[in-house]
Amino acid sequence: MDYDKILSSRALGLKPSGIRKFFDLIDGTDVISLGIGEPDFVTPWHIRDAGIASLEKGYTYYTPNAGTMELRTAISNYMKRSFSLEYSPKNEIVVTVGGSEAIDLAMRAMINPGDEVIVPEPSFVCYGPIATLAGGVPVHVATTAEDGFKLTPEKLESVITPKTKLLVLPYPNNPTGAILTRSELEALAKVVIKHDIAVISDEIYSELTYSGEHVSVASIEGMRERTVVVNGFSKSYAMTGWRLGYACGPCEITKVMTRIHQYAIMSAPTTAQFAAVEALNNGDADIEHMREEYNQRRRFMCDRFNAIGLECSSPDGAFYMFPSIKSTGLSSEEFSTRLLKEKSVAVIPGNAFGDSGEGFVRCCYAASMQNIAKALTRIEEFISSI
Amino acid sequence: MEKAILELLENDAKMTAEQIASSLGMSEAEVVEEIEKYEEKDIIAGYKTLIDWDKVGGDGVTALIEIKVVPQRGQGFERIAARMSQYDEVDSVYLMSGAYDIAVTVNGKSLRDVASFVSDKIAPLEYVTSTATHFVLKKFKDKGVMYTNTEKNQERGYAF
Repeated sequence: MDYDKILSSRALGLKPSGIRKFFDLIDGTDVISLGIGEPDFVTPWHIRDAGIASLEKGYTYYTPNAGTMELRTAISNYMKRSFSLEYSPKNEIVVTVGGSEAIDLAMRAMINPGDEVIVPEPSFVCYGPIATLAGGVPVHVATTAEDGFKLTPEKLESVITPKTKLLVLPYPNNPTGAILTRSELEALAKVVIKHDIAVISDEIYSELTYSGEHVSVASIEGMRERTVVVNGFSKSYAMTGWRLGYACGPCEITKVMTRIHQYAIMSAPTTAQFAAVEALNNGDADIEHMREEYNQRRRFMCDRFNAIGLECSSPDGAFYMFPSIKSTGLSSEEFSTRLLKEKSVAVIPGNAFGDSGEGFVRCCYAASMQNIAKALTRIEEFISSI
Repeated sequence: MEKAILELLENDAKMTAEQIASSLGMSEAEVVEEIEKYEEKDIIAGYKTLIDWDKVGGDGVTALIEIKVVPQRGQGFERIAARMSQYDEVDSVYLMSGAYDIAVTVNGKSLRDVASFVSDKIAPLEYVTSTATHFVLKKFKDKGVMYTNTEKNQERGYAF
């Protein structure tokens, strides 16, 4: 069988993820991984318990397409109390299978063939491929360490063309930890509104900011009508395996997203939705506890990197450190591969998140303090051995 | 800030002064000094290690003993509790509200060992009116730490 004829050329055109290739190398038992992009906490017990209770009651049916009304109402309340944003639970919120599905839905709902989608880099690896699958053309715009890995209005302006349809705003950022402040968002909003483009704001790390409150771009004047806010439960409540996220936006957009979701997915997992209601209604203390833990590890890791001589600015959000390894003279991939082989520490080469990530590595500090300490000692040994 | 150091150490005694310092945004010297102060004042009363002896075939036993006593004139329960604390076999001593007065946990090599400790050392004391010994069958959690079977870890995918 000629599978090249069977398979979609668009799908075949997708590059395999640089991270996956790297993870295939990790299998040793002695490996300390700073590579995984998920919390090391187990989902708080009361949230798991709510999921179990729903199973005991026999709630095992499909939910309404957009999610249970109870959960959408809880999400609506959360958006209001956290970001002063009003979304009607009736038709402006879609509960999805992880934040990733919400991104996929938003792109498929808005992209026409040939539409350009601006993606700041370094960033999470899924935006480009999803845009491509939806028929769009990803346009990557590099951010730099000098700008704190923030997208600037000048950079944004420089890549906008008549074909530009969408801007992805991935902040707090994976892998750099960069966040955007209100005034920075306002400056970007001016450009976005001037050129009349729409925004997908991936705010999955919104609860993990360490310097002031997260500001949603949708709360900037003139932005709500053109923004789909993506969020979820994975990072804030340590619920990655439950696969639950959501999108909020103007009903004209969410209506179409819900239609796609209805055909492709039907509804998000029922048990997870029951657990998520408990998370939103009674999980604030859990978030605070985990954020404080991450914050301590963040400060420790940042101090250590700088002490070792790998320059590292203190990231304001998410749970990643993005130190520069340029002083070693190695490429990101050489550094990561050799560190793994010689010292059994896994970090992710920065170029996996876009070409502008070259010269950096991503280290996740959602790991135990002792493992972080051990890993940093090994990294120090590795650097002095180069 | 005061309590922050204690909270970190209570959770993980192996945290180094350097780790604590950068976690809390203090200098290492400050942290060392604070910890020494806590140790001197017995605010930090000691350091121990939590060991799951079952995993190395340990055959020791633990018992919880409920003790009813007649309070001593002028000294209440204080003196009795202090005396109970003197025995090496005794792991913890608590003054309790409710149906009995003092709860003692005892570690011994065998059931017989613990039983004879109770009948030889505790029960004969003149102010002890009754004892009830409960042996621990299995430890699930201690000092906030779960004692789990070494189950196979969940097979995990790698996310970005």
